[in-house]
Amino acid sequence: MTNPLYRKDIVSISDLSKSDLELIVTLASIFKKQGPGPYLQQRVIASCFFEASTRTRLSFETAVQRLSGTLIGFSDGANTSTKKGETLTDSIHMISSYADAIIMRHPREGSARLAAEVADVPVINGGDGANQHPSQTLLDLFTIFECQGSLENLSIAFVGDLKYGRTVHSLAQALCHFNPTFYFVAPEVLKMPAYIEAGLNEQGVTFEYLETLEEAIEKVDVLYMTRVQKERFDPTEYMHIASNYVLNADMLHKAKPTMRVLHPLPRVDEINTDVDSTPYAYYFTQAENGVYAREALLSLVMNEQIKELDHA
Amino acid sequence: MRETMAVEAIENGTVIDHIPAGQGLNILSRIQKRNASARVTVGLNLRSGDHGAKDIIKVEGWLFSEQDAAEMALYAPQATVNIIQQYRVEKKFQIGLPGEFTGIFDCPNVNCISHTEPVATRFYVRAGANPITLTCHFCERSFSDSLFTRS
Repeated sequence: MTNPLYRKDIVSISDLSKSDLELIVTLASIFKKQGPGPYLQQRVIASCFFEASTRTRLSFETAVQRLSGTLIGFSDGANTSTKKGETLTDSIHMISSYADAIIMRHPREGSARLAAEVADVPVINGGDGANQHPSQTLLDLFTIFECQGSLENLSIAFVGDLKYGRTVHSLAQALCHFNPTFYFVAPEVLKMPAYIEAGLNEQGVTFEYLETLEEAIEKVDVLYMTRVQKERFDPTEYMHIASNYVLNADMLHKAKPTMRVLHPLPRVDEINTDVDSTPYAYYFTQAENGVYAREALLSLVMNEQIKELDHA
Repeated sequence: MRETMAVEAIENGTVIDHIPAGQGLNILSRIQKRNASARVTVGLNLRSGDHGAKDIIKVEGWLFSEQDAAEMALYAPQATVNIIQQYRVEKKFQIGLPGEFTGIFDCPNVNCISHTEPVATRFYVRAGANPITLTCHFCERSFSDSLFTRS
């Protein structure tokens, strides 16, 4: 089959249709089972991290290597011409003449969109400030599909910082294609932004705020935890608020047996380590899945034909 | 006092009428950004049967296109534009909101890449919303129109 993502920039989750999302999830599942083919052989991929990253950069670079591609790039903008005052526009113009695709993280919102317009090669957004992080959403979707067997009609709770977390915004937007029911558990000051709630209402997605984490646990298929960042509160307020959004193993006795706990990581103390050994913990598998989702994404962007999908 | 006494007629140019009182200076500022040497007459807080009070702007020697007028749309979407030739109204149209604004407003998000790169800003207009919202092409944030029209 000719795939619709070939030579496409991956800047925002809203650029991807439902069938695009399903295609990536399907190919990630195949690659996880049987390993990827050499879909980046003879290709040079630029990994341009103007801002530091652990999981995103390492999993993208692992994916490139497993697809037999060659990497160039940098892991910190401090060592680039940006420090000398070069514009991002000029940097991307130059890098796009060296590489066959660009994976990019940058601290400013909109940087990936700009880069995609400047570059002659596909640009994959690895995070642009507080805006978008589409590959995280893709790995989250793949993980949810893997642990629930479907993306359709699921009940999902988002817990913690729903205001500033780009991860939850993008995932909520992507899941709207699949008739979800959402539960939000968050301090008043960290509720979902109004524009996200308006988007959910427009699409007819049911959502409800719950007072406690316990209420959410017994209702949902997926419990998506996030970190409530200390710097958003004064220390006393933080201790009081954050303790309401900490998950421990004792709280899970009313959960559905198939319920799984996800977290984009790094966690600090919002998931007690005693949850790690329960069957509900799925966040480390989720982090591992980042490699398969990114292998699938890179393969689809860089190849017109993917033979594994002919039989899928 | 009759309006014609407050603002003189022009031979060739554009008259923007029915501007909500208070928005005239914002529109003047946009006109001056486009053309600092434009010859402009401004009437503020003139009596208006329809609107109570209105501002009016006359620009000599510059016949506005609909695109030129669209730049002023956020300040005065209901204003009318009269194109004057030989002291006569040759064409009259309402400003109306365009589908997008390019290179006109700065993005209110200070961390948007458009502030540090040599690019024209772009906003997509959502006219049906109340308030009207503008979504930045780059940072994808949506903003209420009042953020752009605040003087």
